[in-house]
Amino acid sequence: MQIHQFDVVIIGAGGAGLMAALYASRGANTAVVSKLYPTRSHTGAAQGGIGAALGNEEEDHWEWHAFDTVKGSDYLADQDAVDILAREAVEVVYELEHLGLPFDRTQDGKIAQRRFGGHTANFGERPVRRACHAADRTGHMILQTLYQQCIKNRVRFFDEFHVVDLVMSDGRPAGVVAVEIRSGEIHVFRAKAIMFATGGWGKVWSITSNAHTLTGDGSAICYRRGIPMEDMEFFQFHPTGIYRLGILITEGVRGEGGILLNGLGERFMERYAPTIKDLASRDVISRAIYLEIREGRGINGKDYVHLDVTPETVNRYLAAAGETRRVDREYIESKVPDILDFCRTYLGIDPITEPMPIQPTAHYAMGGIPTNVDAEVVIDEQNTVLAGLYAAGECACVSVHGANRLGTNSLVDLVVFGRRAGIKMADFARHADFVELPDDPSGEVTAELERLRRADGRTRVAELRDEMQKTMMDHVGVFREASGMQQAIDTIRTLRERYRTDLRVDDRGRIFNHDLLEAWELGCLLDMAEVTAVSALARTESRGGHAREDYPKRDDDQWLRHTLATLKPNGDIALSYKPVVILKYQPKERVY
Amino acid sequence: MEVLLRVRRFDPEAGQKPYWAEYTLKDVHRTDRVLDLLHHVKWYIDGTLSLRRSCAHGICGSDAMRINGINRLACKVLVKDLVRGERGKIEVAPILGLPVIKDLIVDMEPFFDHYRSVMPYFVNHEEAPSTERLQSQEERALFDEGTKCILCAACTTSCPSFWANGTYVGPAAIVQAHRFIFDSRDQAASERLAVLSEENGAWRCRTIFNCTSACPREIPVTQLIAEVKGAIYGRKPKA
Repeated sequence: MQIHQFDVVIIGAGGAGLMAALYASRGANTAVVSKLYPTRSHTGAAQGGIGAALGNEEEDHWEWHAFDTVKGSDYLADQDAVDILAREAVEVVYELEHLGLPFDRTQDGKIAQRRFGGHTANFGERPVRRACHAADRTGHMILQTLYQQCIKNRVRFFDEFHVVDLVMSDGRPAGVVAVEIRSGEIHVFRAKAIMFATGGWGKVWSITSNAHTLTGDGSAICYRRGIPMEDMEFFQFHPTGIYRLGILITEGVRGEGGILLNGLGERFMERYAPTIKDLASRDVISRAIYLEIREGRGINGKDYVHLDVTPETVNRYLAAAGETRRVDREYIESKVPDILDFCRTYLGIDPITEPMPIQPTAHYAMGGIPTNVDAEVVIDEQNTVLAGLYAAGECACVSVHGANRLGTNSLVDLVVFGRRAGIKMADFARHADFVELPDDPSGEVTAELERLRRADGRTRVAELRDEMQKTMMDHVGVFREASGMQQAIDTIRTLRERYRTDLRVDDRGRIFNHDLLEAWELGCLLDMAEVTAVSALARTESRGGHAREDYPKRDDDQWLRHTLATLKPNGDIALSYKPVVILKYQPKERVY
Repeated sequence: MEVLLRVRRFDPEAGQKPYWAEYTLKDVHRTDRVLDLLHHVKWYIDGTLSLRRSCAHGICGSDAMRINGINRLACKVLVKDLVRGERGKIEVAPILGLPVIKDLIVDMEPFFDHYRSVMPYFVNHEEAPSTERLQSQEERALFDEGTKCILCAACTTSCPSFWANGTYVGPAAIVQAHRFIFDSRDQAASERLAVLSEENGAWRCRTIFNCTSACPREIPVTQLIAEVKGAIYGRKPKA
């Protein structure tokens, strides 16, 4: 076992982790520990844009962005945090540009902006151009730019080190335990400030836009150490995943004029969201697609619909809407090149001449490790800070996304709260002392890893994972009801029992033992799946991404509050609740 | 359909030489990715098979491999791209020119060392304005291609000059340098060009075009290298 010591240790090298590292490293000795090379992080898969009310294309105000975010959240977001998100979005986008990010440009050389779902002018009147973008690889450019700047600033990276535990000492975070994947050796990173920026857990579901590596490691580690998980029932299904594959088709396609069509060729969103139609919030559109399919109006009666961005269709609807703008092949090629490439590669379909088959895909965790606006982890209904522990990005819940995240706001979240985390951690490290490590800081997790390494039962990791993904897709997906969710909980618990008693791991080696680490990741996924289903079953209302057939209405009297789900030592999950911060925007009916 | 998947394997802990393992896979779909086949082996047949992968749709750059002798991303090449008819053979081996650690996993450190050597980051010494720095669409277009790079190493490890001499910075590093050299906002072009004009810089490129063929992002790598060579002599690329 090797022991390292840094003022600040950041786990995860996506947008939030790298932004935090950039800031923390200016004032503190900082290390970034990541199970992947930083440029492999899933921030790089974000496509369409980062929202900021720059007003480069038309009038816009950060207050409008804040309102859209609150409305998009179905009023569950904390409005103090949302104000920070929308206001600081403008600063951070300029900052990213100053760090070299190659945004697309307007005719006069400013950052180009386009429409995106749920982003409107003047509190819901009409779509607004707010999504700052670099073609359809905005996340890739953010990830590259931040990694480049971390190299410039000589941030210390531990690449391909898989963090598997948080070391607590008398209730205080003291460090983390990691497996050096290349050698299999255990390393302990002792730090004054520890930050999780480990991303989401979309691999809980079978159809997902998420990478194979998005297994909820950081959240599960915190959860196992007694830190509650906030609002886990809210998981976003993005309406436009490539049929069967789940690969994301950016909302930017609709922002550029793409239209959703059912099997009858109808623009069905006109019925569900009369004002902004195909640019309604994601939860609204995903439900609409499910309902169309249920009514037999999928394409040829099947379980998908079409997204049509052929210039002919786009121009027809632009003309019908009285807009003067027109698009052609070259324009579409320049604005969404990767989308065209995905469809041509994986489907053999050219979206310039044919519509794309799409279905909703598990995409983004609104919930996660509870934090305040400085990314400090808070552990109870009173928002008590656990000194020295931080989280930001998808693994965290500030909450700025509430019950449903608006498109582009994930990237805003990463850089705004990643930056705040970095500043806060550097400050904390100046004043705080190291916490003493316990005698055998890696003993517990090492024992579990050795159990997995020797596991010689009959059940493969993939079999358990497949069953988990299927039950969660069937019962804790876009639509939910009590008996299905209970069934999912029962299934997950059975799977976990098999995970404990009947698992089989083939690879007994030390070097690059991904077989072992995938088994460990599955344990994280099962925890995330269970806490998601338990939180969802308890919330007897429909709000944002949590749509219940047995409770179809939002219930503000009882449920305008955040869920906190805590793992008790006996393995039970205790649910408690904390109030939502409401400032300017009182909850009202959500119509698009 | 049926595919005979041959995988070049090496277990550093077994004390054996590298060998070809063969897996006969039935019920393969023509639209399966090669990554799907490798996952099938790893998940349901032999968990010791080791490879890197993450996003599975050609964005993260983890799974560059030598597939039927050509560098590609395992997640971006489909069975139908490789096999005609109802039966066929697919061979997968680690990319060349970097030390193999285990099975399809190579040591990426030399690759990232070369990347870091070209100052792959934006430099501008002036105080930033309160809003964005302006850049015309034409200026932005000059370096667009290089911004697509995902650092998968498919280009560098397809380059005979790199195979012959691992101290050559390689095409990926030059593409990264190009991205900043031709960015109108950047101020460190001369430092980067100084690095690339040295013995192990751009001149080791013999315009073989393997890199361009290998790039899963369809970056015209050889052209960008040529533009860097030109810039060493003070030429600007045509807009």
